[in-house]
Amino acid sequence: MEISSGVSRSWQRPPFISDARLRWGLWLGAAIYLALAFGTMEINWGRVAEGVPRGSRFLASFFPPDFVSRWDSILEGIFESLWMTVTSTVVGIALSVPIALGAARNLSPLPVYLFCRAIVAVSRTFPEVILAIFFVKLFGFGPFAGFLALSIGTIGFYAKLLAEDIEDMDRVQAEAVRATGASWFQWLNYAVQPQVLPRIIGLGMYRFDINFRESAVVGIVGGGGIGATLLTAFDRYEFDSAAAILLIIIAIVMAVEYSSGYVRKWVQ
Amino acid sequence: MLRLENLLKRYATGDVALKDVNLEVPAGQVMALIGPSGAGKSTLIRCINRLVEPTAGTVYLNDVRVSELGSGELRRARQRMGMIFQEYALVERLSVMENVLSGRLGYVGFWRSYFRKFPQKDIDDAFYLLNRVGLDHMVDKRADELSGGQRQRVGIARALIQDPELLLVDEPTASLDPKTSRQIMRLIVELCTERELAAIINIHDVQLARMFAQRVVGLRLGEIVYDGKPGGLNPDVLTEIYGEEDWEKTIQDKEEHEVNLDIETSNA
Repeated sequence: MEISSGVSRSWQRPPFISDARLRWGLWLGAAIYLALAFGTMEINWGRVAEGVPRGSRFLASFFPPDFVSRWDSILEGIFESLWMTVTSTVVGIALSVPIALGAARNLSPLPVYLFCRAIVAVSRTFPEVILAIFFVKLFGFGPFAGFLALSIGTIGFYAKLLAEDIEDMDRVQAEAVRATGASWFQWLNYAVQPQVLPRIIGLGMYRFDINFRESAVVGIVGGGGIGATLLTAFDRYEFDSAAAILLIIIAIVMAVEYSSGYVRKWVQ
Repeated sequence: MLRLENLLKRYATGDVALKDVNLEVPAGQVMALIGPSGAGKSTLIRCINRLVEPTAGTVYLNDVRVSELGSGELRRARQRMGMIFQEYALVERLSVMENVLSGRLGYVGFWRSYFRKFPQKDIDDAFYLLNRVGLDHMVDKRADELSGGQRQRVGIARALIQDPELLLVDEPTASLDPKTSRQIMRLIVELCTERELAAIINIHDVQLARMFAQRVVGLRLGEIVYDGKPGGLNPDVLTEIYGEEDWEKTIQDKEEHEVNLDIETSNA
């Protein structure tokens, strides 16, 4: 069957930016900027040529990984890191939940909202390493500084994402519980919590994972944990022990990754 | 029992949803509120339990000025008004039983509700109501496992366990198929008769309104343009409420429905 009959009309998808000059201008500007950016990057091919064989020698010295000779200090570092990860994740989340409630626009009046968003913004501004350097200066070397750095880092991450999930919750379910005459805390418990619980758990697992990896970085600037052990191994040129440490970190991160995926599916 | 005096709602956008609405609903009366989309039906019932704050005017529930209550007293007033929603508005990750018991939140303290330790009387009532709406075999199912009709039955049980005097019903059948719609409407009306509840039922479907309500109020652009018996809905009245359309069919079909209803009842 013929669907159409008669005259043909041309059709094209309307462009995203309707002004043709602006559209091509933006492309041109981006191209020039990229060219200039590459231009400022000086690549010394001679040094690259020297670096490649040095890198392969460096890598070769990682093998075979040596788990044995520094096993005690590796174990100590791992336990310190795990301890730091667990405490900072728990404390960080405990601090994050009330801040997230305050930072959700649909729950809180404007002044509270702005205050909590400000806390989140400040905490997100400083990476964990900077926080760790700061706390090491304040409280001295050791895992306590690392714990504080990771806890504060957790707030910026966790409170922000949880607040966004609370803002995305289904308004009607919340309205229905409010209509029963529930108090504010009952309303949180019955209407808000069930809706964001998978997110609370999922983000918690994810943050545990991040905190463990960060605990290695934090250790390098003096925050204790496996990072400190790793740094010592590098300083002594014991690359085989360093390789063992890296393998253990990878194994633990993968274990957390797998179990968090499983748990998240289970709480849905 | 319920009295609205000069109720006015102007949204922040400047849209006037209700213009000086005056309405009185005596105890035990089932009233249908009809009107086109955007006529202010939802706003009207939400102004009664103040999920939407009225701009001006007074809401009296048994001579209590609901529109002037502080938050604690408003909770107590909300206990007296059960609400049933268009998309059921069950908390999806809570069980059927928890959803029903959430209707008691206004009556129990926070910790009791937090640990789900409701008084035995509430549990008994919940089982009785779930049996009454035909869902006593689904007590521990999660709400999102239920079909639309089943969810709305849970919604009805949640509203009734509040032991209300008034039901506010917002488009109860809009997401249901025609047969389930009729069953749900019949259930609501039966329960209202059993318990001598007054009800305001927002409804799109003129035929359903004619079949089940004792009184029909027509709302157009925030003003009441019809208030009378369902039988008084003639083409002129419907044109007044909804605008020009061929209404003869809508009214004729009603007789056929009554025949069908008779057949259904004689079969039962």
